[in-house]
Amino acid sequence: MKPTEIKNPEYFHKVVDCQYACPAHTPVPEYIRLIAAGRYDDAYMLNWESNVFPGVLGRVCDRPCEPACRRGRVEEEPVAICRLKRVAADNKSDIKDRLPGIAEKNGKKIALVGAGPASLTVARGLAPLGYEVELYDEQELGGGFMRSQIPSFRLPETVLNEEVGYILDMGVTAHFKHYVDSLKSLLEKDYDAIFVGSGAPNGRDLPKVQGRQEGEKNIHIGINWLESVAFGHVKSIAKKVLVLGGGNTAMDCCRTARRLGGEDVKIVVRSPQADMKASPWEIEDAMAEDIPIYENHVPHEFVIENGKLVGMKFEKVRAEYDENGKRSLIPTGEDLVYMEADEVLIAIGQDNAFPWIERDIGLEFGKWDMPVVDEETFQSTNEKVFFGGDAAFGPSNIITAVAHGHQAAISIHKFCMGETITDRPEPGVTLISQKMGFHEWTYDNEIDHDKRHLVPHVEKELAIKNLKLEVEKGFDQDLGYQEAMRCLNCDVQTVFTDNLCIECDACTDVCPTKCINFTENGEEEDLRTRLVAPSNNLAQDLYVSGDLKTGRVMVKDENVCLHCGLCAERCPTAAWDMKKFLYSVTKAGK
Amino acid sequence: MSYLKSSFRHPESPKNKLGYTEANYEGALSTLCAGCGHDSISNSIINACFELSLEPHKIAKMSGIGCSSKTPAYFLSKSHGFNSVHGRMPSVTTGANMANRDLTYIGISGDGDTASIGMGQFMHLVRRNINMVYICMNNGVYGLTKGQDSATSDLGSTSKKGVPNMYEPMDLCELAISLGSGYVARSFSGDKSQLVPLIKGAIKHNGFALIDCISPCVTFNNTPKSTKSYEWIRDHKEATGTFDLVPQEVEIKVKNPDEVNETIQLHDGSFINLYRQPEGLDIRCRESVLSALEDSKTQGKVLTGLLHLNPDSRNTHEIINSSKRPLNTLKEDDLCPGSTELEAINQSLR
Repeated sequence: MKPTEIKNPEYFHKVVDCQYACPAHTPVPEYIRLIAAGRYDDAYMLNWESNVFPGVLGRVCDRPCEPACRRGRVEEEPVAICRLKRVAADNKSDIKDRLPGIAEKNGKKIALVGAGPASLTVARGLAPLGYEVELYDEQELGGGFMRSQIPSFRLPETVLNEEVGYILDMGVTAHFKHYVDSLKSLLEKDYDAIFVGSGAPNGRDLPKVQGRQEGEKNIHIGINWLESVAFGHVKSIAKKVLVLGGGNTAMDCCRTARRLGGEDVKIVVRSPQADMKASPWEIEDAMAEDIPIYENHVPHEFVIENGKLVGMKFEKVRAEYDENGKRSLIPTGEDLVYMEADEVLIAIGQDNAFPWIERDIGLEFGKWDMPVVDEETFQSTNEKVFFGGDAAFGPSNIITAVAHGHQAAISIHKFCMGETITDRPEPGVTLISQKMGFHEWTYDNEIDHDKRHLVPHVEKELAIKNLKLEVEKGFDQDLGYQEAMRCLNCDVQTVFTDNLCIECDACTDVCPTKCINFTENGEEEDLRTRLVAPSNNLAQDLYVSGDLKTGRVMVKDENVCLHCGLCAERCPTAAWDMKKFLYSVTKAGK
Repeated sequence: MSYLKSSFRHPESPKNKLGYTEANYEGALSTLCAGCGHDSISNSIINACFELSLEPHKIAKMSGIGCSSKTPAYFLSKSHGFNSVHGRMPSVTTGANMANRDLTYIGISGDGDTASIGMGQFMHLVRRNINMVYICMNNGVYGLTKGQDSATSDLGSTSKKGVPNMYEPMDLCELAISLGSGYVARSFSGDKSQLVPLIKGAIKHNGFALIDCISPCVTFNNTPKSTKSYEWIRDHKEATGTFDLVPQEVEIKVKNPDEVNETIQLHDGSFINLYRQPEGLDIRCRESVLSALEDSKTQGKVLTGLLHLNPDSRNTHEIINSSKRPLNTLKEDDLCPGSTELEAINQSLR
């Protein structure tokens, strides 16, 4: 293999698994260290820079960082990254004076359609640069689906209001209760650019299932029902409730139903439970509230008696997978299963809908009637219109919407300034030695062996009686510190200088996980078979040095490196050094 | 500075026949200087014991005084250990071995502990052929007392102090061969591919096995003019050949049968397959080995690898016909066989 190009920031970025997996590339280990140091304000601001909604995301993020966390590869569970973010948000002081100042107006004016995370991120990026920002949303408050779809027992309104408020207070003009029904007319106004962050607002239905029309009064689309609950239009539900679907919305529906009077609430999914889309912790929380899950049940009929819904019939199936892993659900031929129900909530997915976008305004639509949007610049085929969040490429999650918002803000800024929007800014990168003295590091390199700490919950009896009572209490400072210590500091990189190495093997010998090898060079496939420890995780790179004096090379498998620094401590010539790698995605105007 | 090593290990760490991973053979985190050759030797011992699937509680680590003699703290923490007086490890091991012949004895010493203060003890240990592995971690200096030249330091070799050594060196391998040791090897801490098989062979050998292992002292003797530096050894090292150790219970599979020059069966039924010996060196013949050692010295080379092997070597127990069982297993019946036996002995002496 050729020597690894560590000058390319993406190499070390990939080693920081959590940050690499985060769509907004939040510098996770850095903020975790700040939490451990009790610097909550700093930790919060570092998060706020990257992901705009630390308090919200510290509760309801999809956490792509956690499955990626290296800790999960050396022991049972990853660091509770998401809940640590909340520790920063819960313990910070007033940070308003740290928010960016607003520059003089630059004479440019932009419109944002939808007040969800994508639009708000664009607003946060552009308002401080002097843009006049106008925000449109049909709801009465900002936040989009963070407000309408996520129940307040998971995300308290105060937290959401605070973080949405930081942005609206940047001089954003918000037009709430204002449904934009024509993009054409918006284009005719004097906006320099328009950002569409209108989400994926259409909940899927089961229009063809028998009895759907007759039972209409007691059958609801999950996201619409959640929105009605969020805005106080619905305050109760009947005792027997069936929730159809296996995603996070289904989990929110059933738990909300439990709090509004549902006593016998069941989840019914078509697929096996293992294939459910909901996050494992959401499923766990639902089950903890006495909500059973019936898997492999396909809706067959809404049963209506005397014009009123009384239950549902399901066909039992089993899942079969072909060699490509594609699933088909095969009926088992058993009798239909009948379940009683007073009300049914359908939470089987949601779709985009752009009835308000005219098709003659130079904005091309492609597959599945989705707008054609550039994946890097987020510009549509109408150069003034940009998309982001669920509206761009279909339903995803908050942190993805934020990442889109950052990139769209860069594009809009370049577009308004007359720059080429395909010239994307380089990331900000620093790589600094952590050596403090002889075998002393500025980071805490001792590995903590604690198992993942559990987040305390309020008692179930109290929780299910109160729609507004947040179920998770969050880590307190002490537990937060303990959990923070589990972080392996993957951003403190092992950096090797080949011409200093005397090949004494000290690093190889001391490495707890046997990452480091000195061997003859070869192609990657061959090298992986010759390393001291099994090297089967192909998603993790091999770090290869230039030729050493004996003609061999140093090969380090990044997979389970603990970043404990022992290689550098035992290196007599400082050929190994521990260097902190900070990678930050450049934002608009920076 | 770290005093603890994480207990996390590679999740797919291989296991040996006993179901142990290498971690089961490790010791504490080394407090020797960073880059010390001794740490590599410790690690080679860990590898060898792991690969041979030895039960850690059936190994005894013996040592004297010096940097080398600290190393038993850094490997095999589940084994027995005795850190004895300076140069006196041979006597203590002799006693231990006489009392319990069932343990594998790994003696660790240095050039000071062996060639200076412990020389007398060393010679008699070899002569008596105590069944043990004797590893001399040889760096040519007294590291623990700040780097004075030791008795194995080559004439003219210059350590960090900057004064060339004035005296002739002792060659522990030549000494051991001339005193009748049946397994003599020389190796280098920086070459595990050679050292690990040598340690495995030494463990399997019946009788005294010496490995004189050059182990650079990074702090005092890794200078350009030292003959025991990493660079000098790498440039001047020559191997007698390589070999595979095939333990008795394993079916013999030779990688390249054409390259095997000789297969030697050891006492316990294991085999050693030798590869690529240079012309004329018969490692079973003491004279030819001694002359090869002298030749390579004249050429300024360091001859490494298995230098001498006598598979028919008899250990002390066999020589003096001592108890076949460890003394701690002998019960009263064994120790006091009764008046009939006593009478028989007395009769035989009349």
